[in-house]
Amino acid sequence: MSKEEKKLEIMKTALNLFAKNGFYTTTIADIAKEMGMSVGNMYNYFHSKESLAKELLIYTSKIFGDEIRKINDMNISSKEKIKKIVELYFNMAKEEPELVDYFMRVYLSNKEIFSNGCEGMLCVSAFVTEIMIFFEEGVRKKELKNQDFFAAFGLFMGYIGGLAFLFREGILGKDLDEYIKPVSENIYNALKA
Amino acid sequence: MHSKPKVFWIDAVGCNGCSHSFFNYGEIKELLDKIELLYHPLLPSKEFKVQRSDILIIEGALKTTYFPRLDFNLVDLIFELIKLSKKVIVVGTCSVYGGIFGEGVLFNKKKEGKFFEFKEKMIALPGCPPHPEWIAYVIEMLIENKNILMDKENRPKEIYSYTSHMGCIRNEYFEWKIDVLEFGTKEGCLFYDQGCQGPFTHSSCNRILWNEINSKPRAGTPCFGCTEKEFPKKNLFKTETFMGIPANIPLGVGKRAYLTIAGIAKSLKNERLSKRLINEDN
Repeated sequence: MSKEEKKLEIMKTALNLFAKNGFYTTTIADIAKEMGMSVGNMYNYFHSKESLAKELLIYTSKIFGDEIRKINDMNISSKEKIKKIVELYFNMAKEEPELVDYFMRVYLSNKEIFSNGCEGMLCVSAFVTEIMIFFEEGVRKKELKNQDFFAAFGLFMGYIGGLAFLFREGILGKDLDEYIKPVSENIYNALKA
Repeated sequence: MHSKPKVFWIDAVGCNGCSHSFFNYGEIKELLDKIELLYHPLLPSKEFKVQRSDILIIEGALKTTYFPRLDFNLVDLIFELIKLSKKVIVVGTCSVYGGIFGEGVLFNKKKEGKFFEFKEKMIALPGCPPHPEWIAYVIEMLIENKNILMDKENRPKEIYSYTSHMGCIRNEYFEWKIDVLEFGTKEGCLFYDQGCQGPFTHSSCNRILWNEINSKPRAGTPCFGCTEKEFPKKNLFKTETFMGIPANIPLGVGKRAYLTIAGIAKSLKNERLSKRLINEDN
């Protein structure tokens, strides 16, 4: 296994632990143990838990960003794209919950960890840029209403993030899939031109 | 060309602003001494007659319906003059693209213009107006019989390869995405809110300064994109945005790349430039 591959393995392991147990409760020793590595060797890959957390944020943001980019590149309407993005997010919440959990439970809940080096868009730009492109093209094609970016961003991501959170908390009465259609329609109705 | 090329300057439909710009050329007397001016609507010249010229300069737009000029229908007159000339300088945005007043001689906005077939001998100098030095540069090059490198729209590369953004003294604010918060302040970039079209406008306004001292953005007015085929646009003091994202981005960069770098620059807030450098209030 190359050093880069090993690094990715550590990140995936840390992602699971951070998402499951939280950032502060998880120690480098926990991650090393899970990896079957010595703590000393861990530091050959990441010099601190904070730097690992930041790289993970870039990593998860890129995974989301790459998937949304595929949707952006599709020759379909903004309405259909909204549904695809909701579908993508809910599927990730189900299939790879650690990604969504990491974003919501670690990044958004512990901003102090990311205050030095991940300010603003620095570590989430891959994801936010694709959302910007989705909105910009929707308005350009006159399918979406021209409004403040964050008013639209909050409505979209806050809404689906909230639903994914409720799902993970076991509060939703139904499966997340059943919310794809109504949630997509609500978002479209709120954003359409 | 001859030692004294024959120059014919005809005004079509326009405001004579290009002529007035040319009159501000600092060495106009010396330049006029190098040519034989056959006709100019505002300068003392010989009696008007349709005749051969080495350099024909056309200022203003066309009207393809009947439009009288010097006892001719304008389009017919221009046609005759072009045929009788060796080189044609199409001066001003009206003449090059149609601009404010009508149809262009070379282009009609994005399409081919009425006299596009003569493109080979035409040199396009868009601008509302073009800078006097741009006009003088082309005339001097033709007098000297030098080759003028031109782009696909027959604009001299020496002038229009650049954007009016290049050389703007507000560039540091552009780099860090710090906007002018109030119209008329010295600090801040005019691109994000105030309508500045500098980053996507082909011109040398911030390299060859107006009156040798200034340009619109330097003085706090956004670049209006007056050298471009879409000129004039509406809402010149407001940046067109789609969901808060500029509808037009700097030339030569993809939207994804631009948004990424803009977001990062904004995140890495420049503290020094985030407040006024000189605060007159205290």
